[in-house]
Order: sequence, then C-alpha cells, then structure tokens
Amino acid sequence: MIQLLAFYLFATLVIVSGLSTILARNPVHSVLWLILAFFNAAGLMVLVGAEFIAMLLVIVYVGAVAVLFLFVVMMLDVDFATLRAGFVQNAPLGLLIAVVLVAELLLGTGAVHSGALVLGTADAATAAPQNLSNTAAIGALLYGRYLFLFETAGIILTVAMIGAIVLTHRKRGDVRSQNISQQNARRPQDATVNLKPGVGQGVEL
Amino acid sequence: MSFFQPPTQLFESWGMGHDLAFVISTVVCILAICLPVMLSVAMVIYVDRKIWAAMALRRGPNVVGPFGLLQSFADGLKVFLQETIIPTAANKGLFLIGPIVTFTVALLAWAVVPFNSNAILANINVGLLYILAISSLGVYGTIMAGWASNSKYPFFSAMRASAQMISYEVSIGFILICVVLWAGSFNMDVIVQAQKAHVFHFFNGFAFNPLLFPMWVMFLISGMAETQRAPFDLTEAESELVAGYQTEYSSMAFALFWLGEYGNVLLMCALNATLFWGGYLPPFEIHALYAVPGIIWLLLKIGFGFFVFSWVKATVPRYRYDQLMRLGWKVFLPVSLLFVFLVSGWLMATGHFA
Repeated sequence: MIQLLAFYLFATLVIVSGLSTILARNPVHSVLWLILAFFNAAGLMVLVGAEFIAMLLVIVYVGAVAVLFLFVVMMLDVDFATLRAGFVQNAPLGLLIAVVLVAELLLGTGAVHSGALVLGTADAATAAPQNLSNTAAIGALLYGRYLFLFETAGIILTVAMIGAIVLTHRKRGDVRSQNISQQNARRPQDATVNLKPGVGQGVEL
Repeated sequence: MSFFQPPTQLFESWGMGHDLAFVISTVVCILAICLPVMLSVAMVIYVDRKIWAAMALRRGPNVVGPFGLLQSFADGLKVFLQETIIPTAANKGLFLIGPIVTFTVALLAWAVVPFNSNAILANINVGLLYILAISSLGVYGTIMAGWASNSKYPFFSAMRASAQMISYEVSIGFILICVVLWAGSFNMDVIVQAQKAHVFHFFNGFAFNPLLFPMWVMFLISGMAETQRAPFDLTEAESELVAGYQTEYSSMAFALFWLGEYGNVLLMCALNATLFWGGYLPPFEIHALYAVPGIIWLLLKIGFGFFVFSWVKATVPRYRYDQLMRLGWKVFLPVSLLFVFLVSGWLMATGHFA
C-alpha cells in the first residue's frame, strides 16, 4: 500500500516536473523543475530496489550536473523576445523530430509484440546474486566482467577532461599570480632589514 | 532496506494494520530525532556565542535567563514576530522556497545517523551515499536564495557558496572512500562497528589509525568549508558582500537560514564522530566504559567536535577566495587521492579483502 502510494507520488511528480521543464517560461525555473524530475526518478529507483543507482543519480545529476546547468542559465543574460522569435521558424523541425521519435517508439514496441524480437533475459553468468547488497553486486560485475569497458570509459573521460582544459586554458600575461610555496618559503630576514640611521641622515635601501 | 522495527511492532500490538503502524512509528521516530536536533541547534548557537566571547575576553549573552541560557529562544521569538519582507523585484516563489530547502536538507541527513547500536531511523545499505546525496542538495537553497533575491550581492554570494561546496564535496568524497574501504560497507552502523577495537584492540575509532588520521584532519577542514563556517565563511564576508545570500531576507526566512547553517554544522560534527571517532562506542575498549549508554558517548563526541568548530571560528582569520580554491583543488584533492591509493594498497597488502 505504502509502495503503491509512493510509486504514484513519484511517478506523477516525474511527469509533472518533466512537463513543467519544457513548459516553464523562465529557464531557471526549467532547470529547477528538471532537478525535481531527477530527484523523483531517484525515488522510483529506490522503489524497484536499486538504491545504489538512486543515490548515484542524486549525487551526480542533482549534485553536480544540474548545478552546472543552473550556473550557466543564471549567468546568461536571457532575452525572452529573441528566444521566442525563433520558435515559429524552428517549429516544423521540432515537430519532425517528435514524429520520428514516436514512429521509432511504435516500431520498436510493435516488433517486440509481434514476437519478431526476443528481449535479453538474465543468463547464468548475470544471475542476480543472492544475499549481496546492490553496491557489492554492481562492483563485482563492474570490476570483474566489464573491467576493460569500465577502464576504457574512465580513460575516455580523462582524455576529454584534459582536452577541454587544454583547449580553454590561456596564459594571461597581464595578471600577477601568486606562488604560494615561494611565499611560504620566504624568511623574515629576506624581507626585512633592521637599520639604525643617524639623526638627519636618509636611508638607502 | 530495513527500517528501525521495534516501534512498528509496538503500534501493531495495539491493533493497527501494518501500514498504518509503519507510517505512525516512522513519523514518531522522525519527530524524536528532529525536535531534539532543533532544540540543540538553539542551544548550540548560545554555546557558540559563549565560546567565541570567552576567547575574545568578553562575557557573551548573559541577560536573558540564567547565564543567558534563553538568549536563542528570545532571538527566535523576536524574528518570529518580525514582518516578512519580500522585495518587489524578487522571484517570490523561489525566494520563499530557498530557506525552506536549506533548513529541510539540514534535518534530512539525520535519518541515517546511528544513535546507538540498532537505534537508527533508516538503516539502509547506502547510508553514506545518502549523506553525500543530501549534502549535495544543500547547495540549492543557497543558489535559489541568491538568484531569487534579484540583487547583486546575494547573487555573488550564492555563486561563491556553490563553487565552494562543489569543490570541497570532491575531496570529502575521496576521504569517505578511505573510510568505506576500511569498513567494507556504506552502512553507517557497520562503519561504526568496524571501528570497535580498531587499533591495538584497544582504541575505538578510525582516527587513531595512522593512515586515517590525516584523512580526519582533512575531513574536519573540508567540513568547515562545506558548511561555510569560519575561516571559510566567504559567502558571508560582510566587508565585500553586505551579508551574503541572505541580505534581502528578514524575519523567519532569515532565521531558517541561520538554523539550517547550524544544523549543518551539527551534522558535520555528528559525521565526524560517527566516521572517525567510533560514534556511539566508547573511545577505549574497556568493559566498564560500556556501562555508559552509547548516545552519551555520541553526544560527547559531537559536543567536542562543535567546540573545535567554535574554537577555529574564534581564532582563525578568514581565507581569501583564491586561497580557498587552491586548498580544495590543489592540496586536498591530490592528497586525498594519494590516501585512497595508500589505504587500498595497505588493505590489499595485508589481505583485508581476502
């Protein structure tokens, strides 16, 4: 009963916030609705017993990705008039994409229903291990069977990150940056001198 | 997922259905955690001011009630009676949701803090991940408040706050991985039990472990940055930003930020105690010490952690923003990565995972 109520709560909120994401006029509101959708999707994940994925969804998407979205959207100086100006012009393209997506969806489900396709089922190698927590089960698969793919994905992401940094980093000559270790290594005797100038005499430094 | 069972069974024995008993017992447990937490937030604000005053050779609050003990409640009553002012240019909905999010998130994470063996509201397998997830939500209250205020200084402050919180969450993540590797679980109760007789079969706590002690120091400092406490309170740097992201707030909305901030500080102290100092276990493995209830040990450890937070606030000057970012990304991130490597290497070499 509680699961049922929770499911309908989460599912309704996912749909409502998903719709609001595309219908909201203010882009910042859109991103916030998107975050609500992520959050409720995580709730649905918990209901099917995938608590690890649910927590990752919240940590990665809500905690990091959506914050960056929000940053970008907030910093942009959005002019609503120019945003709406392109709407009529781009509407046919958008409609076309929507029709193609719906057609693909119908084709896919139709193929499965007609029996022409057999969906993959859990074989012996991927049988769900009993009395093993979600995290341990995913870890065993990820670092055992799919180790190569996992490591490859890691390398690709690292290369992408380094590439982005190299492409956007520029050395600026007009700023005076600090060298903290140099500052820490500086001793008082290098920086200050004690002088006893005579009366009426200047000081040469 | 197994929840704290006994109250459910108690309500069931009074003739309720399972679902109703579960809902009522969960609500009762939530209240049993939240109300003391909110009360201790009020008291902790008083303690913070007293410690700060003592270190500055002042007397601190001493007028309302005996020793000024009721000062926080007087302040609370004052803000409660004030008028809530919403700027006309503000985005009204988000302006009001911001402080509510901050305050709620500060209370949410207490669901997985173990107060004694088996006294934990939600004893979930992914307890520590839940805490990371909840603490990553905390940034939204600040961003919403800063943006919805439609004012320059709160917006700058919100930018600072979110960049700071995201930066330090990275190193906190790696520090927690070291703890999880050693405990072998994300479950908070298992993590506490793994610290029992951890060093020389005598010390209860990961912080006594030479490999994890540096992690504790980094966790403490990252915790201060994460909760925007001094010396990392750049979001409230009054000389640069008026009052930070809550500049436009008044009355109860302002107080919610204040309460949420101290709630987060208390939570950080509780995590500190639970993850590094043995939680509800006594510090030493002496049989007589187990006569003291576990929650007393936990409260003592939280109290000590809070004293350290106050002490730092009273004595350490504020960081500059570039120094803060350097500390997070160029010092803590590489060092915590190195320690993930060292800890996992040590555990593999000694056959911990065998």
